[in-house]
Amino acid sequence: MATIELRCHIGVGPEVSGEALVTDDNFSARYDLDRIAGIFSRPQHKLAGQSYVDKIMVFNTAKGGVASAWMLHEMASRNIAPKAILFNSVNPILAQGAALADMAMCDRFVAGDVTQLIQTGDRVTVKPEEGLVTVERD
Amino acid sequence: MQLNKEEQSMLAGEYGEPRRWAMEHMLQVGRFFDAPDYVEVTQAHIMADTESLGEAGVVFLEDMAAAPLVDRLVRIPMITDPRGIDFCHYKRLKQTDLMASLEQRTIDAFEALGIVMTNTCINYQTIMPPVRGEHLAFGDTGVVIYCNSVLGAHSNFEGGPSSLAAGLTGRTPRYGLHLEQNRRATKRFNVEWQPQSLSDWGALGGIIGARTGSYWDVPVIDGIESQPGSDELKHFGAAMASYGSVPLFHLVGITPEAPTLDSVSDPKALVAELVTEADVDAFFDRYGGKGDKVDVVVFSAPQLSLLEMQSLANLLDDKKIHHDTSLLAVTSPAVAADARRAGFVERIESSGGLVLEGMCFYQSYAREMGEANGWKRLMTNSAKLTNIIGGYGYQPTLSNMENCVASAIAGEVV
Repeated sequence: MATIELRCHIGVGPEVSGEALVTDDNFSARYDLDRIAGIFSRPQHKLAGQSYVDKIMVFNTAKGGVASAWMLHEMASRNIAPKAILFNSVNPILAQGAALADMAMCDRFVAGDVTQLIQTGDRVTVKPEEGLVTVERD
Repeated sequence: MQLNKEEQSMLAGEYGEPRRWAMEHMLQVGRFFDAPDYVEVTQAHIMADTESLGEAGVVFLEDMAAAPLVDRLVRIPMITDPRGIDFCHYKRLKQTDLMASLEQRTIDAFEALGIVMTNTCINYQTIMPPVRGEHLAFGDTGVVIYCNSVLGAHSNFEGGPSSLAAGLTGRTPRYGLHLEQNRRATKRFNVEWQPQSLSDWGALGGIIGARTGSYWDVPVIDGIESQPGSDELKHFGAAMASYGSVPLFHLVGITPEAPTLDSVSDPKALVAELVTEADVDAFFDRYGGKGDKVDVVVFSAPQLSLLEMQSLANLLDDKKIHHDTSLLAVTSPAVAADARRAGFVERIESSGGLVLEGMCFYQSYAREMGEANGWKRLMTNSAKLTNIIGGYGYQPTLSNMENCVASAIAGEVV
């Protein structure tokens, strides 16, 4: 089993661990999700049809949608939410939303493209206060 | 982050719990984005439709509204983005009483906080247009990109919680577009094709937004030969922000910070990407559907200006919308009042259309409305709406206002 440590900018939210679901696509809670079913619903999204519940999500960046700031809080209140979201680069809305929802979120990874550094199925621990993400792979 | 004495007192709870929460929230966001301190803002605008708030968000606002008056009132003028409900028409749209009840609770909470219910995403056309250099905390990506780009004001995208925090404290963390160095162009586009209609402007904005693709990049655009007006740049910016999360653009010779290319960039450092007619054709082709039955034609996102309402009324005069097709025109309460006085509302509705005010189609439980009304094929002249509405189970068609109206009359995409 290999363990990789990835350094990133200091994030928001608590320390969490979970299974990664990775795409080089982008993210908006408003545009891309069926938030009741907990799946990606926009047909053009690369994760269309997949569940995001309790996953450590990894995206390239965030899109449009000021609403996402409320939506993360609403999703977390029903426990139909990701455990953490990691980006190469996030916009203010998602960071604001993570702060309200107390959801782990980090971006700006030192080693490069996080959508390549982490693979779907990896076991990931996110420590936003330290700016540290640990990846375990069989 | 450096906090002055008053900010430290707010953070310590000396100005009540709502302002303590606000400072704590903004401190987290400011730290995330390396803000050195706070900047004072003059206006706040909050996006808080109940579909995105949910029960949890409404309870959050109600808890804040229950604080003592002296602790809870916002400190600067603060207004609202569109709501999810038009109380006059929600039953006709097959929205539920539960949705209306959540909406009313939210309104009650906002009013208790001293927020003015303007219910609009075109406040820059109708309420209090910002001036160049003014620092703001605005919600709604279309509002922010317009105010930054066309008016030269300074705002980040402020989600509801951060807008509220800014309203309660009169400040926001100084990062992103509050800093001059982040307003310089980082990408350059040369447009070889000239937009004519509002949907053309939206398509162009969508293409440039998707290619820019990041909140932290600023496109400068050259090659536009005509003089756009406010509605053209409204659709252009709203689509750019929607497709790319882009909060600022410069149009050389048109927008105030870019009288020349040199004023916002080192032209030698930026290689121009071409935007061609083929790119625009390909964009429209993604949202085709010619010959399909059209279930609903929607003019929304952004809300219609008074002049768009007039154009729509002119196109619908002496026409009847097909009995299997719905036509919705969505605008702000301020524009609706003027449009009613000018006779536009009556003319649109006598053709079978429905004028909705204070809401926005996609912020109004679009999925549930679509399922309840059997709406699948949606036609619009808003590139922004085509980008969003696929996620709510619709098949979008993009065309200009004339074709949208002709399709509503024919009952199929013409």
